[in-house]
Amino acid sequence: MLTDATAATGDKIRCDACPVMCYIKPGAAGACDRYANHDGQLVRVDPHILLERTVSHGGRLVPFQAGGDWDGKIVHEQDVVVTAIGAGTTYPDYKPAPFIVSSQIDGVDMVTVVTEGIFSYCGVKVKIDTDRYLGPEAATVRVQGEAVGHVTTSEYGSQMLSLGGVHHLTGGSKKEGRVTCDALMDLSNCKPVELVIDGGASVVVQAGYAPIVNGVAEERMRVGCGSATIGMFAKQWHGKVDEVVVVDDHITGVLSEHQAGKLLDIPDTGIKMKGRRSTPGRYFQVAEPGTGWGGTRISDPLSVLGPFDPKVARPGMTMLMVSTTGEHAAYYELDKALKPIEKKMPADLKLSVERIQENCEPALCTVLFMGGAGGSLRAGVTDNPVRLTRSVKDALTRVTSGGAPVYVWPGGGITFMVDVTRLPAGAFGYVPTPALVAPIEFTLRLSDYAALGGHMDHVRPLASLKANTEPRQVTPPQPSPGLRP
Amino acid sequence: MKRQPQIGWLADGRRLHLQDGPIDLIVEAHGSETNLRAAYQAAVRRFAGLLDELCDELALLRQAAGPERCPLRGAVARRMHAAVAPFAAEYFITPMAAVAGSVAEEILGAMVQEAPLDRAYVNNGGDIALHLANGEQFTVGLTDRPDRFGLMRTMNIHAGDPSRGVATSGRHGRSFSLGIADAVTVLARTASQADAAATIIANAVDLPGHPAIVRRPAEELQPDSDLGSRLVTRDVGLLKESEIVTALEAGADKARALLASGLIEGASLHLQGETRVIALKRFDAKLPHPACARGIESAIHA
Repeated sequence: MLTDATAATGDKIRCDACPVMCYIKPGAAGACDRYANHDGQLVRVDPHILLERTVSHGGRLVPFQAGGDWDGKIVHEQDVVVTAIGAGTTYPDYKPAPFIVSSQIDGVDMVTVVTEGIFSYCGVKVKIDTDRYLGPEAATVRVQGEAVGHVTTSEYGSQMLSLGGVHHLTGGSKKEGRVTCDALMDLSNCKPVELVIDGGASVVVQAGYAPIVNGVAEERMRVGCGSATIGMFAKQWHGKVDEVVVVDDHITGVLSEHQAGKLLDIPDTGIKMKGRRSTPGRYFQVAEPGTGWGGTRISDPLSVLGPFDPKVARPGMTMLMVSTTGEHAAYYELDKALKPIEKKMPADLKLSVERIQENCEPALCTVLFMGGAGGSLRAGVTDNPVRLTRSVKDALTRVTSGGAPVYVWPGGGITFMVDVTRLPAGAFGYVPTPALVAPIEFTLRLSDYAALGGHMDHVRPLASLKANTEPRQVTPPQPSPGLRP
Repeated sequence: MKRQPQIGWLADGRRLHLQDGPIDLIVEAHGSETNLRAAYQAAVRRFAGLLDELCDELALLRQAAGPERCPLRGAVARRMHAAVAPFAAEYFITPMAAVAGSVAEEILGAMVQEAPLDRAYVNNGGDIALHLANGEQFTVGLTDRPDRFGLMRTMNIHAGDPSRGVATSGRHGRSFSLGIADAVTVLARTASQADAAATIIANAVDLPGHPAIVRRPAEELQPDSDLGSRLVTRDVGLLKESEIVTALEAGADKARALLASGLIEGASLHLQGETRVIALKRFDAKLPHPACARGIESAIHA
C-alpha cells in the first residue's frame, strides 16, 4: 500500500522512466502516478491490474479457478490472472460485461467474465481481536457521528461488528449514506477507520493490523481466559510446581482448585483468592480491568491473594503466577510464615510460560467484504441470469473477487464474502448512489459459458487484453502475517 | 532512456490513447474518415517529443511566474505562462499550474489545424480541450471525488457557448492543492485558462487554521514539487455545515471575481457533499444513473 505513513523512512529515489526525472519518496508515486517508490524500489502502479505471477515470487498462488476435471494446479511461469479491478461496469444497462476474456490454460478453454459490480446491498463484517470491552451488543457504531452499523456477537476473544448494508447506505440521510460508503470503502481498501461505539470504546480498525482501542494498540490475543489456560497447560505443570494462578480480568484460574487440577489429583495448597468465585478454581473480578497483568490494573500479582490457610499450606510450597498472554510471570516459594517470596523461575516452568506466549496470536482486525451479486450484474455475464446463479451453485462457475477466493453463502442469490487483505491494493471504488464498486470474476469453461447463454460474440482472447493494458507485476495475494488460514 | 511513448487505440477502437511520462491523453474526433485520419496523425506527430520540450525548460516552469515577462521559449511553455500570468501579481503560481490544459490545447490545436473536424476533444487527465463546429455539443461528466470512480452530474457544452476548455482541481487529484475543495471544475475559453483558474479557485476554498485540516510542506511529499515548502492539504476531517458553507463561499467569491473579469465562463465547487455552482447555465441537474456514467465520453477522471 502506498500511504503517507510509509513515507517517513528510507531514501527517495530518482525515477528515470521519463525526462521529468521525479524524485520519489518511499511510499509515494511520481508525477505520472504510474511509477512509485515501494521500499526503495521503483515499481509500476497502474489502474488496470493483471496479476502476473511467476514461480520466482514463491508463496501460495491463488489458483485461476476452474470447474470440472481441471485440477487447479497451474504453477507455470508467466501465469496471468485477469481481475475485474478497473474493468469498469455497464450496470444496469445489460450490456456485456466490459471484458469477457478467454485464455488457454492446460488445454482447457477458460472464460473469465470480468466486471466490477455495484453493490448497494453490501457491507463489511469486522472481527476485532480484543478482550477489552468495546460496547454493548446491538450498540450503534458511528463514524464521524453517523451511524454506519452495529456491534454484533462476541466470539472467542473477538468482537464482531456488522457495518454498512442497505439501510445505512441508502435508508438514512444523505450524509449517513456518504459516510457509510466512505467507511466501507476505506475498510475494504485496508485503510484505517476510527469507529466510535455508543456507550463503549473508540476503536481504530484497519484490516490486517492490530486494533487500537481508546488509543492503545492491542498486541496479543490471549491464549484463552485464565480458566481455559489452566485447562490447556495443567498437564505440563503437573509435578513441576504445587500451585499455578493464571491472572485474568475475566476469569482467573487456580490450578489446585480447578477441575483440570482435580483430575490430575493435584492436592490443595490452602491458597485464598480475592474476587468472586464462580465455580471451583474460577474467579471473577479479582481486580479492576487495566493494562497490567492479564488485562487487570495490578502490577503486583500477590495483591489478588489473601493469606494462605495455615492448616493446609506448608513452607517450601512453590507457586507460578502468570498472565493469560504469558507477558507477565513470576515464581514464588512460601517461607516459614507461609508468605510467598519471589525466586528465580525454574527452566521447565519458564518453558511453559513461553509456551503460553507462543500460543497467543497477534491481535488483528479482519474485514470481510460481503455483497450480493444476484441482481442485474449477472446479465452482463449471460442472457439468462438465473443460469449463472445455478451454475455457481453447481460449482461449474467459480467466483473470485480481485483474484481472491470467496465464500459463497448458500441460499438464494450469489452472496459472497471475501477477506479484503487478499485483494490487491485499491481494489474497491464507489459510485455516489452511494454504493461500493467491487471486483468480481466468474470463471468457467467456454463450453459451459456457451451453454448458459453467455455473450459468445464478446469473448476476447487473453492476448488482446494484454496488448491494451499494462500488466502489473504483483506478489500473489497472501494472508497477512498472523492471519489464520 | 527506457522510455517509450505509448500510442494506441483504446479497447473501443474509437479513442486514441497517447501517454508519455505523466502526460496521459485520450483523444477523440468526429468528422469524415479522411479528415479523422489526418487529424489523428497530426496529434501523434505533435505528441512526439512534446514532453522533452517541456522538460528542457522544467526548472523555469517550476518557478513562480512573473505577471508580465515570459522567459520561456516553447509554445506549450509560453501558453502555460500566459494562462497563469493574470494571477501572478496576486498569488504564488508557477506555469506548472496550467501544464495539463496547455498540453491538451496544443494537441487539439495540431489536429484542428490539419483537418476540418465536426468536434473533437483532448482529455489530459480531466483537463480537457474541446473543438466544436457549428451545431455540435459535448456532454461532460463531473465528479466530486477525482480519486474515485463515479459521476455526480453532467453538463452539455454547445458550439454556441464560448467555453472550449474544462479543468478540475482539488485535493484528491494528482497535483497538490493549497485548499480543501474536493473538486472545483471550471469552464473557460481555453483548457489552459481553465486549468490555471481551477487551481486558484480550489486554493481559495479553505478554512485557514482549522484544526481538522492536515497540511504538510509539498517538498516533504514530493521533493521536486514546484510548491516548495508551501503547506498542501493532506486530509480534511469532518466539517460542520456552517464551516463547509464558509469555505465554499470563499471559493465562490473568487470564482465570481474571475467570471466578472472574463477569465472563466463558469465553475462548480464541491466540498464534503455540498456544491456551489457559479454561472454554469448549462449544468444539467439531471443525474444519469451513476453506474452508467463511466461510459460517458470525456468523463473527467483525474
